[in-house]
Amino acid sequence: MALKKHILELQKKRQEVQMGGGEKAIEKQVAMGKMTARDRINTLLDENSFQEYDMFVQHDARDFDMAKKVLHGDGVVIGTGNVSGKPVCIFAQDFTVAGGSLGLMHSRKIVKIMDHALKMKVPLIGINDSGGARIQEGVNSLAGYGEIFFRNTISSGVIPQISVILGPCAGGAVYSPALTDFVFVVENISKMFITGPEVIKTVLGEEISMEDLGGARVHSEITGNAHFFAKSEQECFDQIKKLLSMIPANNKRKAVKTTPKPPKAAYKIGEIVPEDPSLPYDVRDVIKAIVDDSDFFEIMQNWAANMVIGFGRMNGETCGFVCNQPLVMAGVLDVDSSDKAARFIRYCDAFDIPIITLEDLPGYLPGVDQEHAGVIRHGAKILYAYSEATVPKLTVILRKAYGGGYIAMGSRHLRADFVFAWPTAEIAVMGPEGAANIIFRKEITEASDPNEMRRQKVQEYKEKFANPYVAASRGYIDSVIAPEETRNILLHALEVSVEKKVELPDKKHGLPPF
Amino acid sequence: MSENTKNAAGSDKPLQKLNINGDEYLTTFTRKYENRKKWTPPNEKELVSFIPGTIRQVLIKEGDVVKANQPLIVLEAMKMMNTIYAPFDAKIKSVHMKTGDRLPKGTLMLVFE
Repeated sequence: MALKKHILELQKKRQEVQMGGGEKAIEKQVAMGKMTARDRINTLLDENSFQEYDMFVQHDARDFDMAKKVLHGDGVVIGTGNVSGKPVCIFAQDFTVAGGSLGLMHSRKIVKIMDHALKMKVPLIGINDSGGARIQEGVNSLAGYGEIFFRNTISSGVIPQISVILGPCAGGAVYSPALTDFVFVVENISKMFITGPEVIKTVLGEEISMEDLGGARVHSEITGNAHFFAKSEQECFDQIKKLLSMIPANNKRKAVKTTPKPPKAAYKIGEIVPEDPSLPYDVRDVIKAIVDDSDFFEIMQNWAANMVIGFGRMNGETCGFVCNQPLVMAGVLDVDSSDKAARFIRYCDAFDIPIITLEDLPGYLPGVDQEHAGVIRHGAKILYAYSEATVPKLTVILRKAYGGGYIAMGSRHLRADFVFAWPTAEIAVMGPEGAANIIFRKEITEASDPNEMRRQKVQEYKEKFANPYVAASRGYIDSVIAPEETRNILLHALEVSVEKKVELPDKKHGLPPF
Repeated sequence: MSENTKNAAGSDKPLQKLNINGDEYLTTFTRKYENRKKWTPPNEKELVSFIPGTIRQVLIKEGDVVKANQPLIVLEAMKMMNTIYAPFDAKIKSVHMKTGDRLPKGTLMLVFE
C-alpha cells in the first residue's frame, strides 16, 4: 500500500498549495470584494476543465531573509482549460501570496504558459492582481517583466491576448496589458497606473485617490486603456466568454460560425436616420438592424463614443463594425476616435475579420487642443489602417460624408471593396452652410439682403451636391441603395469577397504613425 | 427607438449644438470635450511653473532689477533642483510664491514689469 501513501502525500501537497497565502490572506481578499485566483479561473473556465501546471514551483531568492519564506506557487496560478468548449491558456496572479508580487519564478511560470499559447495557437488570458515587482528579487524581477512584454509583442496578431485587471496592476506591470488586444476592468477592483497616488503626493504635491487616478471608470472613459467595463467579476467573465465566442482562436482560423438569424423586427432600418443631416440618432440602432439577431458586441463603449466599434455576425460569420456615432460629438473624427478605429481595423485585419464601415460624419473636430494633441498624426492612423487592411472592406455611407472624413472612413480611394450609399448620403468637401459661405462669399456680402442670399445659395448648393449621385457618377460609389436593402447587399458582398487576396509590396514592415 | 437613443456615453446628456466648418449639428458632448482646456496665448511677462514641485529658494524680491540669465528661483521637482533663470533683462513687478510652497504645474510664480 506504498502507492496509497504517495497519493495521500500528493493530495496533501496540492491542498497546501491551493490554500495560496493561507486562510487569513484569503479572508482579506474576499473582504476586498475579490475572488481568489483559482476561483476566478474556475468561474471563467468550463467546469472541471482547468489543468494546473507548475503548482510546486518555488522561488530561490536568498536576500532579505527570503530563503525562509515559502510562497505557494510563487504567487501565480497557470494552466490550460476550456471556455465554451474551446481551449485557452490562462494565468492568474494570486494576491494572497506575497501580494501577487512578481519574482523570477513567478514570471517564468507566466512565460511558460505564454509560450504554450503561442505554440498551440490558442488564446491567452492573463488575470492581473499584483502589487508589482518583488523588490527583494531586484533586477531578476525586472527581467521577468521584460520576458513577458517580449512575448506579448511577438504573439500579437497571432493569438488573441486578453488581460483582465482584477486588482492592482501598477508600475511596469501595466505594460503587459497595454500590449495585449483587449483589457477588461471591473468597478472598484481594477487599479492601473504607472506611478501611484503615494508617489504623486510626495513628489508633486497632488492628492488623488487610486480610483480617480487609475480606476476602472478612468480607463474606460478617459485614457482608453481598457476595452470592457464591468460592475462585478462575474459580469466581466461573461464579457470575456462573449468576446471569445466572436473571435477566432488564432490568425489562421475563422471564428466559430453560428446559425444565421435575421435582425429583430424592432429595429426598422428605414426609420432610424433623420433626413436632416444636423439631427442626431444612435448608429448602434442601424448596426442592430443589420446584424444577425440584432446582437452587436460593442468594444470601448465609453471612450471616444463618437466612434462605435465592435463585432456582429452576418449570416453567422463575425464582422468588425467601424461606425461614426452622430449622437456623440456629431460623430466627428478626433485624436481619440482615430486611435480607437485604427487599432480595431488592424485587429480585424490581423485576425481575418471583414470590416463593415457605417459612415455619417461632418469631418474632423476643430480646436487648438486637438491640433496641439496631434490630430494630424493620430488622424493619419485611420488612413493607414484602412489602406493597409487586406480583409474584405465594405462601406455604407448613411448620410454625411464630408471632406477628409469621407476619405478616411473606408472610402473607395483607400481600397474599400464595395462602397454603398443610401439616398440620404451627401458626399461633399464640407456641409452646405460652410461651403456656400465660401463659394458665394462675394454674392452674399454684396446682396441687399445677405441672409436671404445666403439661404438661397445654401439651398442651391444642397440641391447640387448634397446627394450621393455626384460621387456615384465618378464610380466612387458602387451603388445607391435603399436602407432596407442594406443587409442583403452586404451579405452578397461578403459572399463574393470570401476568396479575396491582396498582395502588398514586399517589405519588412510599414511605418504606421504611432 | 431603442434604449440607447437616450444616451450614448452611458449618462443622460443634453443635446447641444456643435459647429463644424460652418454647419451646426445637434449632438451630445463627451466629458473630455467639456473639460478641455481653453487656449490662451502665452504671456511672456508671466513666469509660470513648467513642472509641479516645491519652491526651495527665492533669490529675488519685488522691485528687483534682474539681468538675463540671472538665477531667480530654485524649484525642486522629481528629486531635481531646477534653477530658473531670468529670460531677459527686467524688473520684478510682483512675486507670487515663497520658499516651501508646493506648486502644481502652470502656477504663476512671478510677473516681470
